[in-house]
Amino acid sequence: MATLSERILNAPAGTCIDAQADRAFCHDGTGVLTKVAWEEMGSPPIKQPFRISIIFDHIAPANTSLTAQLQHELREFARAHTMHFSDIGGGVCHQVMSEGSALPGELIIGADSHSCTLGAFGAFATGVGATEMAAIWATGGTWLMVPETIAITMSGSLPSHVEAKDIALAYCGRLGMDGATYRAIEFIGDAMPKLDMADRLTLCNMAVETGAKTGLCYADEVTGSYLANYGTHIPVQEPEPCTYEKEIHLSLDEMVPLVAVPDRVDTVSPVSEYMGTPIDQVFVGTCTNGRYKDLERFASILSDDMVMVRTIIVPASRAVLSEAVQSGVLQTLIEAGCSIGVPGCGPCLGAHMGVLGPGEIGLSTANRNFKNRMGVDARYFLSSVTTAACSALAGEITDPGEFL
Amino acid sequence: MSSITGRGPAVCIGDDVDTDLIIAGRYLRTKDRSVFQEHVFEDLDPTLAARLQGAVLIAGKNLGCGSSREQAVVALQQAGVQAVVARSAARIFFRNCINRGLPVFIVPDLFCHEGNEIRFDTEKNELSIAGKEVRSLPLSARMNEILAAGGLVSYIRRETGR
Ligand code: SF4
Repeated sequence: MATLSERILNAPAGTCIDAQADRAFCHDGTGVLTKVAWEEMGSPPIKQPFRISIIFDHIAPANTSLTAQLQHELREFARAHTMHFSDIGGGVCHQVMSEGSALPGELIIGADSHSCTLGAFGAFATGVGATEMAAIWATGGTWLMVPETIAITMSGSLPSHVEAKDIALAYCGRLGMDGATYRAIEFIGDAMPKLDMADRLTLCNMAVETGAKTGLCYADEVTGSYLANYGTHIPVQEPEPCTYEKEIHLSLDEMVPLVAVPDRVDTVSPVSEYMGTPIDQVFVGTCTNGRYKDLERFASILSDDMVMVRTIIVPASRAVLSEAVQSGVLQTLIEAGCSIGVPGCGPCLGAHMGVLGPGEIGLSTANRNFKNRMGVDARYFLSSVTTAACSALAGEITDPGEFL
Repeated sequence: MSSITGRGPAVCIGDDVDTDLIIAGRYLRTKDRSVFQEHVFEDLDPTLAARLQGAVLIAGKNLGCGSSREQAVVALQQAGVQAVVARSAARIFFRNCINRGLPVFIVPDLFCHEGNEIRFDTEKNELSIAGKEVRSLPLSARMNEILAAGGLVSYIRRETGR
């Protein structure tokens, strides 16, 4: 009887295995160094390039001529080696991979810490550094320690003003920034059928904020119908009894909107305790909350009102943007005074397109609010899209429970 | 298998030092790895960089959490850090240390003062801190092989015969 990680990796927790990656990807940031390391390795032949993706998202489009030059070299390289390549505007690597490329049971390795996001499909998805990605280009695989698993068991259903992001913040607060180091987190319980793929991707995305190697959801009917839209039909993964190192129970009915207070992801409080905190910028996007569902939710709360604070919306992918255009969501956002960015990471990593100034306070739907990350001497609260929308309308941190 | 040995004074930092604090994102857009050393720990304590040459970095729990950026490890190496000892380390940072050939020791009950002399030997699961022996968690055979090769680049060169 095994955990989902043990089933996918086909070995009991604690074993060190060698495994071939079913898919491997890096982005413009880690890709540059991966290429350098690969050249240092003597430019070995690339093993199965069709399994490898290079996805430009971090500083896309380029912000300086140096960035442009590095991207140019990497773009030419990807093409020359017939790797799968997604250029600027395609979207955040994790989102792009989630649009039909990541499948249940696969081992997916990304040169980015949030690669755990794709565990939402019942895959074992984890992050590595650039040199290790270069080794995967050369050999197809790497070594892995099969992790112990922490279960987060969810029951009930979420109140209408509470989101999967609030669940993610709740477990980050409960576990702390190293509470799941080297562990996998499985999301299970009777609430799962009510959580769609967007919710699951958000939940798995933040696993790494607790130190986890990955977050996983069993592939079920929800996963199956999502993937069927991309023309893939999958068998479901039936959970079997297994031993968890630890179990955390969350009753979704009792959840309230939360914020992560700067500069830590695990300093989590009810939004109500920060009601009225003035903010300079709201940012909606990223691999955590830049999906169509998020944009639609934001727009539905704004409805015909104007935002009271500068608001930047960055769709997580071109497909998200396209859907928002077709449905009219984008029009609502623009008319409400929001600025729309190019699909990608946007200001998430503090490099461009919305960096905060010293002393400014932002509210973001991202996953990380470390010191100086999104602007030197600026502070960032993290919240759900619903909280971000209510706060954008009020110009200050606002509890959706009071507002909606 | 050859081991890596060394000794140096302890330079201590606290818990949860993330990779953004080791090297900030604003310095990453380059292939020139030598620029990182000037900016290492800039947002944590700008005086730290000058003290790292020949030192052993001593950290609390969850060292290197956050971004997968390998430049965090490269920056420490460029600044002259010989080895890293932590109560615990985030897993990608830990792997990056091994992959870049920076000896890393995990000592859950670590206790150390600034300037204490540290001696280390990657083949032994122990360290000497101010003359006192302490146990570190064992590395797997594979991790030791990669470290002994000087990192994953040389290891893969050897494996692929290049
Ligand atoms: S959106 Fe932010 S957290 Fe996600 S991959 Fe991009 S920079 Fe990293």
